[in-house]
Amino acid sequence: MGAGELGIFGKMMPQPLLSVHGLTKRYGARIGCADVSFDLWPGEVLGIVGESGSGKSTLLSCLAGHQRPDLGRIAYDGADVLTLSEAERRRLLRSDWAYVHQNPRDGLRMGVSAGGNVGERLMAVGARNYGAIRDTATDWLGRVEIAAERIDDRPSAFSGGMQQRLQIARNLVTGPRLVFMDEPTGGLDVSVQARLLDLLRGLVRDLGLSVVIVTHDLAVVRLLADRLMVMKSGRVVETGLTDQVLDDPQHAYTQLLVSSVLQV
Amino acid sequence: MIEISNLSKSFTLHNQGSAVIPVMAGAALSVARGECVGLVGQSGAGKSTLMRMVYGNYLAAGGSILVDGLDVVTAQPREIVALRRATLGYVSQFLRVVPRVPTIEVVAEPLLVLGVPPDEARARAASLLARLNIPERLWSLSPTTFSGGEQQRVNIARGFAHGYPALLLDEPTASLDAANREVVLSLIEEAKARGAAILGIFHDEAARERVCDRLVDVTAFTPARAA
Repeated sequence: MGAGELGIFGKMMPQPLLSVHGLTKRYGARIGCADVSFDLWPGEVLGIVGESGSGKSTLLSCLAGHQRPDLGRIAYDGADVLTLSEAERRRLLRSDWAYVHQNPRDGLRMGVSAGGNVGERLMAVGARNYGAIRDTATDWLGRVEIAAERIDDRPSAFSGGMQQRLQIARNLVTGPRLVFMDEPTGGLDVSVQARLLDLLRGLVRDLGLSVVIVTHDLAVVRLLADRLMVMKSGRVVETGLTDQVLDDPQHAYTQLLVSSVLQV
Repeated sequence: MIEISNLSKSFTLHNQGSAVIPVMAGAALSVARGECVGLVGQSGAGKSTLMRMVYGNYLAAGGSILVDGLDVVTAQPREIVALRRATLGYVSQFLRVVPRVPTIEVVAEPLLVLGVPPDEARARAASLLARLNIPERLWSLSPTTFSGGEQQRVNIARGFAHGYPALLLDEPTASLDAANREVVLSLIEEAKARGAAILGIFHDEAARERVCDRLVDVTAFTPARAA
């Protein structure tokens, strides 16, 4: 523990890992997200919740560099992300950052073996020794509970839950510090979701990851996120400690959202 | 260790005509190291609400709650997360866990989060589970399928796994048989002996007599309600 709080020189970092100010994205006259600001600290898991169309996915894609915001600033580890050169930005996306898509097909190469999917990201950051790459890939398949004998199978032969775990291994193999997740448990059966949640919790804890997770599932953020941001119509309407926002919501929209969840 | 002053709380129900319900005003109390303070007052007087505010689970309207020097009322979420990890434990009446996670891991988790080596964390979890009479064959199963009393004991084991300097206990002996009740009371006494500050709700009067050094009646903090 504490590794996530250490900077590259091994000193305590008194600053947020990701710092966002006034982020705004419009689609013509329509607001994608407006005036979003927050700090994400090392080792912190931030959940972004809201209904479809609330702007949470737009926000995530702006943060992860998939879309360019119209206004605002994003600082990562002190550096202005939006003014990075294309090469620097790509290096960041390949090494320090990871992005877990809702649909594993968007984050995996379906025609490449499971081992290849994991190894490819390692090669992208300079790994060249075949044996070492294969060993690391095998190790990571084990960490996401995929049997080593499946290493040469293609993900198309995997179940949805296995594909999602493979996508997580592919993303985490390069030791990123910041992981973006878009509805990571979205398309999965409930029983598979529980296993994935447990796996994610363990990885976040053991690797000291900072995570921004977007979901409409309040049960998922209760178990994973330290802190919540509630979005409505592109704007942040409430923020706070996860269980406080869910158990004592202050904003009318959050109260509606929380009270609308069906009890089982 | 826990220092509450002039604490107030109200709920605003935006979707029910924006009704504002004041539930607490002028609450004040303190708990020293090694001391156990029991909250009393009839059902609905605000005992659980007060405990939840100390834990940062409910947002206070005003006042201050110092826990080991941090004001929970104004603290940043990440400061409260850190406080809960290392300093402030909470045994609620309900166990909330990820389904399918083995009981032993559920109990060891607070230690793993603090960076205790897994073997050591599991050994501590095992000794607590054994002491609370959870049969070893259940340790590898998820507690979600356990009986109410068993879940309560898993919850207690989890709450006592790390030696928190401050502890909140909400009905820790409810739904326990005599033998297990005795174990829990000993755990509380041991926590006091090592210097933990404990704030608790005990409906069990004999338990209250035995472990509480003082009682605070929260009825004094209940604002007069318009009829």
